[in-house]
Amino acid sequence: MPEVWFCLVAISIAGYVVLDGFDLGAGFVSLFIARGEEERRQILAAIGPFWDGNEVWLLAAGGTLYFAFPSLYASAFSGFYLALMIVLWLLILRGIAIEFRGHIDDPLWRPFWDTVFGVSSALLSLLFGVALGNVVRGVPIDAEGYFFLPLWTDFQPGGNAGAIDWYTVLIGLASLVALSIHGCLWIAYKTAGRLQARSRQIAGLGWWALAGLTLLISMVSFTVQPHLLNQVESNLWGGIFPILALGGLAFMKWQVHRRADKYAFLASCLYLIGMLTSVTFGVFPYVLPSNIKPDFSLTVHNAAAGQNGLEIGLWWWIPGMLLAVGYSTFMYRRFAGKVEPAA
Amino acid sequence: MDTALAVHRLHFAFTIAFHYIFPQLTMGLALLIVVLKTMALKTGDARYNESARFWGKIFGINFAMGVVTGIPMEFQFGTNWAAFSKAAGGVIGQTLAMEGVFSFFLESSFLGLFLLGEKKLGPKLHWLAAFLVFLGSWMSGFFIIATDAWMQHPTGYVLGPHGEILLSSICQLLFNPWIFWQYLHNMTGAVVTAGFVMAGLGSFYLLAKKHEEYGRVFLRLGVVCGLAATILMVFPTGDGQGKMVARYQPVTLSAMEGLFETANGAPLALIGQPDMEKLALDNPIVIPKALSFLTYQRWQAEVKGLRDFPRDTWPDNIPLLYFCYHIMVGLGTAFAAVMGLAGFMLWRGRLFTNRTLLWTLMLSTPFPYIATLAGWTVAEVGRQPWLIYGLMRTAQGVSPRVSSGNGLFSLLGFMGLYLLLGVLFLFMIWREVEHGPGHPLTEPQPSAPAAATIGAAQ
Repeated sequence: MPEVWFCLVAISIAGYVVLDGFDLGAGFVSLFIARGEEERRQILAAIGPFWDGNEVWLLAAGGTLYFAFPSLYASAFSGFYLALMIVLWLLILRGIAIEFRGHIDDPLWRPFWDTVFGVSSALLSLLFGVALGNVVRGVPIDAEGYFFLPLWTDFQPGGNAGAIDWYTVLIGLASLVALSIHGCLWIAYKTAGRLQARSRQIAGLGWWALAGLTLLISMVSFTVQPHLLNQVESNLWGGIFPILALGGLAFMKWQVHRRADKYAFLASCLYLIGMLTSVTFGVFPYVLPSNIKPDFSLTVHNAAAGQNGLEIGLWWWIPGMLLAVGYSTFMYRRFAGKVEPAA
Repeated sequence: MDTALAVHRLHFAFTIAFHYIFPQLTMGLALLIVVLKTMALKTGDARYNESARFWGKIFGINFAMGVVTGIPMEFQFGTNWAAFSKAAGGVIGQTLAMEGVFSFFLESSFLGLFLLGEKKLGPKLHWLAAFLVFLGSWMSGFFIIATDAWMQHPTGYVLGPHGEILLSSICQLLFNPWIFWQYLHNMTGAVVTAGFVMAGLGSFYLLAKKHEEYGRVFLRLGVVCGLAATILMVFPTGDGQGKMVARYQPVTLSAMEGLFETANGAPLALIGQPDMEKLALDNPIVIPKALSFLTYQRWQAEVKGLRDFPRDTWPDNIPLLYFCYHIMVGLGTAFAAVMGLAGFMLWRGRLFTNRTLLWTLMLSTPFPYIATLAGWTVAEVGRQPWLIYGLMRTAQGVSPRVSSGNGLFSLLGFMGLYLLLGVLFLFMIWREVEHGPGHPLTEPQPSAPAAATIGAAQ
């Protein structure tokens, strides 16, 4: 049963990354690809009806993690305390920027919120990657199952590491680049004209950076977390996940080249899902490895809630999420098609 | 109290008190908007639709504030209360996750359609969108109350071999007897807030001689709904909630009422300050025997005083609890008087010209917020020293590795950020109020996807 919930949590997180990922990426790239008020408005219109619903996936994933793996939730959230507080402030500023920007048409008001929106989107994309890097690298979980990470120490990914070290920053950069491309492809899919052309161009150039970074982080991760190698050696079938990611990456290049925006965006989704599942597969059965002593690590079994609660949860969680997917599909259909240029 | 514990408690208290300002209004307003949309459908009077549109904008701003200040609440269970989350996450995580899965997806999808899709949807589907937003927000309230009710009166659990709290029955969790009155009391409180806000703005428009025809619509609806909700808030929901406290948390009841001595025919204190050194009320004004009657319906019933409870089960801030309780009850009584009078004058057709009453209604607007904050303080401070009543002490629930310094860092950060948000919020609301219903604000509504951002459309 814990394995089932491990997969369901992974699916919710993947749902969050693929969905909120495009509006985070679009937020960051809006800083430099939008020329003038009209293009900025188009980018906001391309994500406007969706971003709030996308962010609900974060809450759903968090809530699911909470009741299915309470020890992991408690340990990770208190351990990453400082980083999470910064994430919360950025989420607040970003939400306010999107909602309040349009209320007042003023030459000081709008650029201010545009900058807040772009910068907070960029930092969130970076920090989510840093978080993933921490999960791979491991954190100093002690015998009681807790830890506390300073923001940084000496920037080395050893036993004394803080949340930010060169390895986690590298993963953060990869995340920023991946989500920026994801955002560009969404903008290209939802808009037309010069904005679309510029988005495609950035996505095409960014692809090379992403390919390089993907290669680099894959190699580095094996040295930072030796468990990954054991896991791959003992379960060769898990190679399917990295293949999924690489397939998505290759397919993305081809579709960007063909200017098939929809397929390019879907390929980017595939890439993100492939990378996430590779990580979750790679660290399994750990959900948060300890870099003090492997025995202290939180695993899918020692972090799970009671059997009965997990069984009960399935009865409402699956229908509830199907319903949620239904609303989201309805919303995406209602607001399908290109964003209209101003009359 | 040790510093880290104090900081973590203040952290939660501050962020939740600020957060609840917004859902408190949106939950009540959602119902009033459904009423406006229904009246628009039934009468075909364009003013009702225009009013719904105007309150939709106020709702949208409040909703956005509620969303951004709500996300930290869910995170804080883990960040600041890790030991509590580790022990009880398998139970309360269920209701919190249900809120995300069943309410937030519903609300976020249909609020967008309600605010931006009126033309696309047509009147009937637009009514449905408003109704689904209402349903989502009231379900959200239910799951939060269910979570709090479990902390006040835990049910449906068993203890595991290492002291972890395991869910044994989802029905007992969702049909906890504590939920019933607390939910109704809380939701009527939200409608009281919305009623006072709507009536207060209507009074303002009449007194300022602006948007007067809408002012009358707002006043009529605000007073009718506000009066009904105020009555329900006092009786039976407030009464039922009090009896629930008397039954399951008797020591809390004695602390709320400032009753130090056990008595047959206990008095009800109206005025007086608890003196925790002498263990008595200073300058008390009491109604003899009234507490016994209100609690047990017998004038001579025994009510146990604080002195007869073990001291380590006393709530740890009895004066705060006592004052908040008296503020809540005092304001609730005043609301009933104001709304009762306003309802009477409305019925006699003299409300719109009675300047004294209009001034009173206008100046009453902030008080439901104060009463609600006081009420929630009673619930949460009254539960002390327990985090889960009878199961886990508050001191046992904090994150063991988060120091007071790091807690203070984020508390100060939230204070600064929320000060900024509060100023922005008041500014945005003031613009809408100034502008009033009946005209588009800056540019005409562009058609749907282009109008996509909630803000950009306005």
